Amino acid sequence: MGLLRMHKGLAGQGDHPAAMTHTLSEAFPCTPNDAGALGFILSRLPCTTAPILWVQDRLSRKEAGRPALAGMPANRPVIMVDLSRASDVLWAMEDGLRCRALGAVIGEIWGDPPALDFTATKRLAMRAEAADVSCWLIRRAASPDLSAARDRWRIASLPSAPHPHDAQAPGHPRWALDLFRSRRSKPGQWVATYDRASDRVDLSAPVRDRTVDPRDGTVRERAAG
Amino acid sequence: MERCGNAPPDDVPVVLAREGQHGPVIHAANRTARIEGILPGSRVVDMRAICPELQVEYADVAGDHAALDRLVLWARRWCPWTVRDGDDGLILDTTGADHLWGGEAAMLVEMETQLSLLGLTAQLAVAPTWAAAWALARFGPVRSICGPDEAYFKLGPLPVTGLRLDDPTVLLLRRLGLKTIGAVMDVPRLSLTRRFVKAGLQANPLMRLDQMMGKLAEPVSSVDAKPVIRVQARLAEPIFDPTPYLPDLCEDLCAQLKQAGMGCRRLHLTVYKTDGDVSHVDVATSATTRDAAHLHSLFRDKVERINPGFGFDLITLAAGAVEEMQERQNRLDGGSDDDLHLTRLIDRLSAKFGPHAVTRPILRQSHVPERAEAQIAALADQPEEGGVLTKERPLRLLDHPEEVRVLYAVPEGPPAQFVWRRQTHRVARYAGPERIAPEWWKDRPGTRLRDYFKVEDQTGLRLWLYREGLHEDGRGGDPRWFVHGMFA
Repeated sequence: MGLLRMHKGLAGQGDHPAAMTHTLSEAFPCTPNDAGALGFILSRLPCTTAPILWVQDRLSRKEAGRPALAGMPANRPVIMVDLSRASDVLWAMEDGLRCRALGAVIGEIWGDPPALDFTATKRLAMRAEAADVSCWLIRRAASPDLSAARDRWRIASLPSAPHPHDAQAPGHPRWALDLFRSRRSKPGQWVATYDRASDRVDLSAPVRDRTVDPRDGTVRERAAG
Repeated sequence: MERCGNAPPDDVPVVLAREGQHGPVIHAANRTARIEGILPGSRVVDMRAICPELQVEYADVAGDHAALDRLVLWARRWCPWTVRDGDDGLILDTTGADHLWGGEAAMLVEMETQLSLLGLTAQLAVAPTWAAAWALARFGPVRSICGPDEAYFKLGPLPVTGLRLDDPTVLLLRRLGLKTIGAVMDVPRLSLTRRFVKAGLQANPLMRLDQMMGKLAEPVSSVDAKPVIRVQARLAEPIFDPTPYLPDLCEDLCAQLKQAGMGCRRLHLTVYKTDGDVSHVDVATSATTRDAAHLHSLFRDKVERINPGFGFDLITLAAGAVEEMQERQNRLDGGSDDDLHLTRLIDRLSAKFGPHAVTRPILRQSHVPERAEAQIAALADQPEEGGVLTKERPLRLLDHPEEVRVLYAVPEGPPAQFVWRRQTHRVARYAGPERIAPEWWKDRPGTRLRDYFKVEDQTGLRLWLYREGLHEDGRGGDPRWFVHGMFA
């Protein structure tokens, strides 16, 4: 359900079902060892039992660890591919996007390798849209330069919500989401609270004084850039 | 049965041994050893006491079976219907084939000659039924021939072990004084029926007799040889790169597979070099296939590993692990077969990056986080033992827990502050401890227990931190602290 809420909240998808197609998105965690971006991505994946193809390069695996099945929200099959070079990761992702049987393709690339240029992301985005498989690229320690990803997020962990029973313990995780570039909706910033039990993300505006944009979420706009 | 270069001389007692319940037992013995009194089935140490100069080799039972299976096909030269009989026999249905060899006696001589050319000793017999031939070949005279109406006379003098009964039944018959097959035949049928009414085929002399006399059917069901599916390309002059020939070879191979109704799981590409050497590349798929384009794509980065030498002029492509395969369509509109696409994707990834790079994690029943997850092959069946976790677990786990430097450690609860990867984290909130004791049946003695804390630092980073050991637990010095994972 979190997914549906997100889409409606972000782009007003009710009027534009064609824009619901899955595509390539990029996520930039603010610090390399922050797993908040991963939690956000997993909450946005389509709710199916199709396997996830998860491709990691060596440095991501060493620095940020491997995904732990026990911590995933839903017990869905994962096919892990452990590679060493970024070009291999891109190759494997592109090959995986030919296969419609996959639920999602997630790639993790460390830094800014030369192989990951505009052309590579463009290929990934077009393949993802052709196969209608959602594809996420997690880029740690990277600078958000030129890319063809349709949505680009910057995600950081925030201090969590208060625990309902224990004042000392961290409660539901909170993330600061920054959609800084998007082709199909208006960029914006949110604070997301994730409820692990119901696998649902609640968005709220960041605590900041600003005027409410009347067009926000109602008119589909193309973001600049 | 495979011939080795150095056969032992006939005057040395040699036995083959296999593993028994209480040490090795004799599997087979040569003639000298049998004369010395060595019995198959007895223990090797006992037989060494009887015959100290005994030479013992280990038997290759599986290899013997495979060799016998090949011999079954080789024996098709005499008749078209052959089958393996137990561990040490062949049954040939020579009905209508013997006159081609000049009669049954001449056929047996021919068989014995050909088998001795292979280096095999054979005991041969011709009889109307399987059971009669079995008994005559093992207990009857050399190259005995039994007509349809002389079974009683030919088989009567043979011992009751020729009835293919299990040991307790043979012992029982001996105790009853029935030592030959003829004696069992002379017992009234009603008495035998009454005595062995509940016995199965292995323990029922009456049914075995009926099989021998042809009253109970025992058909010979022949096996078919697996088709050898192989294509080749002969080249006019030596080349160095087989790539241009691969698509055609794959197409031809898949056409052959399709005609046979088969699919393959392995491909062997062999090039025969002009200097007499051979180089080959193997690829494997995770599901049976006969799709030429897919098979060709598996060779994409592999053909570079062929060492062409001075060039090669013959390329062969052979299908291995050939299995039956049916075309399936799982959607009415004739759309794509999703499972098939997934197996092909995994084939491509495994072919390019190696099978160890493509794995599938599954949950196992263990509380130790490193052991709670296992890696299996991507398309293997999941064993049904997935543990049910109720505790919250982190989303990421580090392969090796990283030690942190702790400031202001307190005996209970997490540290107030710690340094991880040169950054100072101040613990704002925490949950825990969750104590995970070592698994004593797996861990080394002296392994310390772990107290896990979920801590959140001042910036909102949520980490899974653990303290290894306790103060004064007598298993090393002060407890150490490690970061093991990250929460979302």
